[in-house]
Amino acid sequence: MTPSVLAGLVGAALVGLGLYGLISNPHPLRKLLAFNLVGSGVFLVFGIVARRGAAAGFAFDPVPQAMVITGIVVAFAASALAVALILRLAAASGKVTLDPRAWTKPGEGGQ
Amino acid sequence: MSVLAALDLGLALLVVGVAAWTVSARNLFAAVVGYVAYGLLLALVWVRLYAPDVALTEAAVGGGVTGVLLVTAGKRLDALASAEIGAPPGRGLKIFAGALAALVAGALAWVVLTLPSTPPSLAPAAAEAASGPGAGLGNPITAVLISYRSFDTMLEKVVLILAVLGVWSVGADAAWGRAPAPLRKPEPDGAMILLAQVLAPVGLLIGLHIFWVGADAPGGAFQGGALLAAMGMVAMMARLMAPPRIDSRKLRLALVAGPAVFLVVGVAGLMLAGHLFAYPQNFAKPLILFIEAFMVVSIAVALPMLVSGPPDGGAK
Amino acid sequence: MSDLFSLVAICAGVFFFFAGTVGLLRFPDSLTRLHALSKADNLGLGLVVLGLIPRADTPLAALKLVVVWALALVSGASTAQLIGRALRRGRK
Repeated sequence: MTPSVLAGLVGAALVGLGLYGLISNPHPLRKLLAFNLVGSGVFLVFGIVARRGAAAGFAFDPVPQAMVITGIVVAFAASALAVALILRLAAASGKVTLDPRAWTKPGEGGQ
Repeated sequence: MSVLAALDLGLALLVVGVAAWTVSARNLFAAVVGYVAYGLLLALVWVRLYAPDVALTEAAVGGGVTGVLLVTAGKRLDALASAEIGAPPGRGLKIFAGALAALVAGALAWVVLTLPSTPPSLAPAAAEAASGPGAGLGNPITAVLISYRSFDTMLEKVVLILAVLGVWSVGADAAWGRAPAPLRKPEPDGAMILLAQVLAPVGLLIGLHIFWVGADAPGGAFQGGALLAAMGMVAMMARLMAPPRIDSRKLRLALVAGPAVFLVVGVAGLMLAGHLFAYPQNFAKPLILFIEAFMVVSIAVALPMLVSGPPDGGAK
Repeated sequence: MSDLFSLVAICAGVFFFFAGTVGLLRFPDSLTRLHALSKADNLGLGLVVLGLIPRADTPLAALKLVVVWALALVSGASTAQLIGRALRRGRK
């Protein structure tokens, strides 16, 4: 098994782990963390394609690598935006949850 | 099994193990610490895939800066809410999530194992770009980022600005124009101040070095800018530096400098070299370094502003 | 000769890393674990760097190795201080 195939399998496992955490963790920041795991798993699967582009005389394919670099930075920007939204939600509702039922308790009239 | 293969296998198991621990850790802080360790280990995997540029970015942004973001967010959340966290999901949902995750991971693994042996590759086109308009760049990644896929890179900078705007707009209306809350509430420790005083100047130098060598060796605007951003955050944590007011003209100019210069040079390429984002032949390398210098500034400013969060009302 | 030097120094460094990791896993509380970790990291990394210096291509590369070690020393010592003080605050 070559390193790139192994890394691809790691990426697949990371996507699975992240997906499980995203669904099963109730805490919004934990969900965000799990989502970042999915993201890095996808980058890894995408990146092993870079390892296979040796055809042109490179040790790697620079195009996917460059896109993974931009991807990591964009993923961070999205995480920062998500953190701001989560904090605002908690400040507005007093609750740390994404569960819509927490907002519309019977008797509160859905405010 | 050779030594390197054994190392690879051990590294792979370690990455997956730390990731699993991050998902299952008891509290948020432990999970974030696990995530930072995971980011560093993942950087080692990228090194093994002959991707030192990606490894640098992953270690700096994916592990380091994201870790600071989440630790800060966790502290602010603790200070904010009565910490009523939604109920954990029932057994049925957990089993469903596990099955779904296993299915997706299995399908991906199958795809990885059955990839065609000679894949379609853009490497020749990129090589051409590296020897054409991006001439003189020894690092093909930088050539791709600034020359071959220049439009992507420019728009990605715009995404960073949009994210900063999004974070700012989440703040209370009354707080608009003020500075974000400082990264640490209590008085900083002496050790933190010493660390910032010793580390920040050295880190500044290394960040600039990484940007400068990026044209020919692993490194570049992203990695150097992220390092400068990290040094800024260390200085903020030691309270040697306060987050700037968001209506400061200097801050806003620094934020848009990268994409603005990139766009101006790109449009100038339309007139001088024939098409958008084309660089005149003998002049490509200095132009690319010029663009990258402004991109470093924008990244170094945007990342700490994203971590600092929306402007603070200060009325609490 | 320089190969032998590298081998000995790196093996010694690996020994310190190993001892530190064992301490991290086996010691009873946070302060002792911190003690094990900081000693092992500083000495272990120092010895590995020392072993790698003769193998560096250029003097600049060797200098970079030393800078890496120095930065790890500074940040490791400061972080150990910060964690230690946070622990003491927590105990009071």
